Amino acid sequence: MNEVPLTHILFLSTALFFIGMYGLFTRRNLITMLMSIELMLNSVNINFVAFNKYLFPDKLDGLFFSLFIITIAAAEAAVAIAIIINLYRSHQSIDVDDATEMKF
Amino acid sequence: MSNYLYILWIPLLPLASFVILGLFGRKYFAKTAGIISTASLLTSTILSFVAAKQYFFVDGKVNGIYQKIIALKYTWLQFSPNVSIDMGLIVDPISVMMLIVVTSVSLMVHVFSLGYMKGEERFATYYAFLSLFTFSMLGLILSVNIFQVYMFWELVGASSFLLIGYYFNKPSAVAASKKAFIVTRFADLGFLIGIMIMGFYGGTLDIGLLIQKLTSVQSPEFLSITSASFLGASMLTWGLTLIFMGGAGKSAMFPLHIWLPDAMEGPTPVSALIHAATMVVAGVYLVARLFPIFSMDEASLTIVTYVGAFSALLAAIIACTQTDIKRVLAYSTMSQIGYMMFALGISKNGGESGLGFMASMFHLFTHAFFKSLLFLGAGAVIHMVHSNEMKDMGGLRKLMPITHIAFLIACLAIAGIPPFAGFFSKEEILTAAFHENKLIFGVALFTAALTSFYMFRLYFNIFWSKDAAAKAHSASHDHAHNAGNNDAHDHGEGSWTMKLPLIILAACAVGVGFIPFSQFITSDGAALETHIDMVFSIAPVSLSIIAILLSASFYKNQNAKSDKAVAFFGGFYRAAYKKFYVDELYLFITKKIVFPLIGQPIAWADKNIVDGFILLIANTTAKISAAIKTLQSGKVQNYALFFFGGVIALSVLFIYIWK
Repeated sequence: MNEVPLTHILFLSTALFFIGMYGLFTRRNLITMLMSIELMLNSVNINFVAFNKYLFPDKLDGLFFSLFIITIAAAEAAVAIAIIINLYRSHQSIDVDDATEMKF
Repeated sequence: MSNYLYILWIPLLPLASFVILGLFGRKYFAKTAGIISTASLLTSTILSFVAAKQYFFVDGKVNGIYQKIIALKYTWLQFSPNVSIDMGLIVDPISVMMLIVVTSVSLMVHVFSLGYMKGEERFATYYAFLSLFTFSMLGLILSVNIFQVYMFWELVGASSFLLIGYYFNKPSAVAASKKAFIVTRFADLGFLIGIMIMGFYGGTLDIGLLIQKLTSVQSPEFLSITSASFLGASMLTWGLTLIFMGGAGKSAMFPLHIWLPDAMEGPTPVSALIHAATMVVAGVYLVARLFPIFSMDEASLTIVTYVGAFSALLAAIIACTQTDIKRVLAYSTMSQIGYMMFALGISKNGGESGLGFMASMFHLFTHAFFKSLLFLGAGAVIHMVHSNEMKDMGGLRKLMPITHIAFLIACLAIAGIPPFAGFFSKEEILTAAFHENKLIFGVALFTAALTSFYMFRLYFNIFWSKDAAAKAHSASHDHAHNAGNNDAHDHGEGSWTMKLPLIILAACAVGVGFIPFSQFITSDGAALETHIDMVFSIAPVSLSIIAILLSASFYKNQNAKSDKAVAFFGGFYRAAYKKFYVDELYLFITKKIVFPLIGQPIAWADKNIVDGFILLIANTTAKISAAIKTLQSGKVQNYALFFFGGVIALSVLFIYIWK
């Protein structure tokens, strides 16, 4: 069986990570930025699962880590969306450029 | 040995009165403050007399020698097994004598002030300060520890400052209180260093122990303090001289006397209490308290002698030229304290040659009464005339008969005319001086004549002379009426509260000279036989009488003789009138030398180096933050960029550089 090599999977996760980072830097819409962050988290998950499978096939540490990250990402999304809703209530917008009160 | 613990109440009662009046006086006791304070002091006075009776007549004497009794000793701060600061009460002849002086003069002043200060806005504050002063002075007298002396010493200085500056809306009073405080503080610096020296070499701060250690020639402490020397004088001389410097500051000895005449800006009863009878003799008391140590060191006693004699002479000369009656009295106080000082200086410890010590204490005792009488009399006159200047007075003998008689008695007492009190004590001093040092004796004799002259100059100018006083009085009288001031005290000599102290003190000024003082207070506690030698007394008494007659011919009626005398002395008179330019000299030293050469460089260093360093830190912080504040753009994505940039930089650092 011709296995997929580790480098392919790492390339995928790196690509996913930088796509997420690009989205985080370029988008002004908070929801989109949140989605980009999720992309970055998922790229990390892929890394964990891949390394677990290729380096320590008889252990489950990497899988558990990715499970934890999924849980935390869910909680983080809930908090982030709550913040976004509050921001929308006070600014009538979810554009990050409109929220500049913390400027010096 | 019986219990003297009740003596504790003598200082504590005035303290209680101070606390109550100081905290609640203005609100609740605005009218009754005087009564409260006087009542508590009356109790203290009675206790003092009880203590004196018990000490001198019942159980103070053991084998014919008066013992030092430590009635109470509480260790307050313990530094090492030997060195500690204690609070305590000492009972010995001089402390009991001072108790009597302070409480009775203070009581007289309290009573007098009831009339004199009546209607003052800060009546309760005034009595609170008086009580504070009385407490501090009594604490000073009863101190067992030299550091306790120092603490109360500063307290009397502070209360003196408060009372001189009592009329704080008067710029001259404020300036005078500051001057008094700064000059005496400067002197106290010397005192403190002196205490340090004595404590360091003596190994203890306890007065009794210190005396015991430093008076036995074999003790290691005595050997170490006399063998150590600095600038050619032994540490014993240095320590004692510096302690004497503190005493000279409080007692207004040359050259630290400049504050005393200005201190007359305070209310007159305060001058009577603090700047005539009690606080200013604290320096004499201090030297007397440490006298056994002083007597071990010839050099420091010589300093005491010459400073005292010079001050006595200088002050007497200046007093002849002043026109403000309180200033004349201030200089005469300084002169009389000079007497006490040199009497101590020429004395030896114990036996027949301890006559000077006994004479000094005797003079302190009698002086307290007649000088406070003079001040209270002057207060009564000022109260009536509303002026301190001699030219506004004259012919007052008809208007104020009681004050006149009391003042005359006090003048005769200070002039040393028998049988008034001053005669006896001054005679003892002159006798002691005659035996020890002829030069000092000459100075003392001349000063005594001058004293008679200027006191009677004062007396004749106030009570005789022209009848301008009647005019001045009626003028002030009208003025009072115009101002709508219908105070009944403008019309007569003052209320009974003002007359009674004068009468009592006049009785004292006549009577206290007959106390066989040498039986009670001597340098070693053993009774000393003294006698007034009539032949010896002829010279000083006749000199005094001549001076009085001269004064009478000058000032009894207005005539040109005094002007001729002024013209005769010319420049010398002007110099004396200007107080020999000592004030100007101090101003010159401070303004022309100390300020530009020491003060300004230090101020420059403070402003530029010390402050500059702090400002540099602050300014740098401000500049850096101004430079980097634009980083805080408020854009979330910027922050994210910095974050990732940081992560990448760290990654590079860890992976490629630090491995």
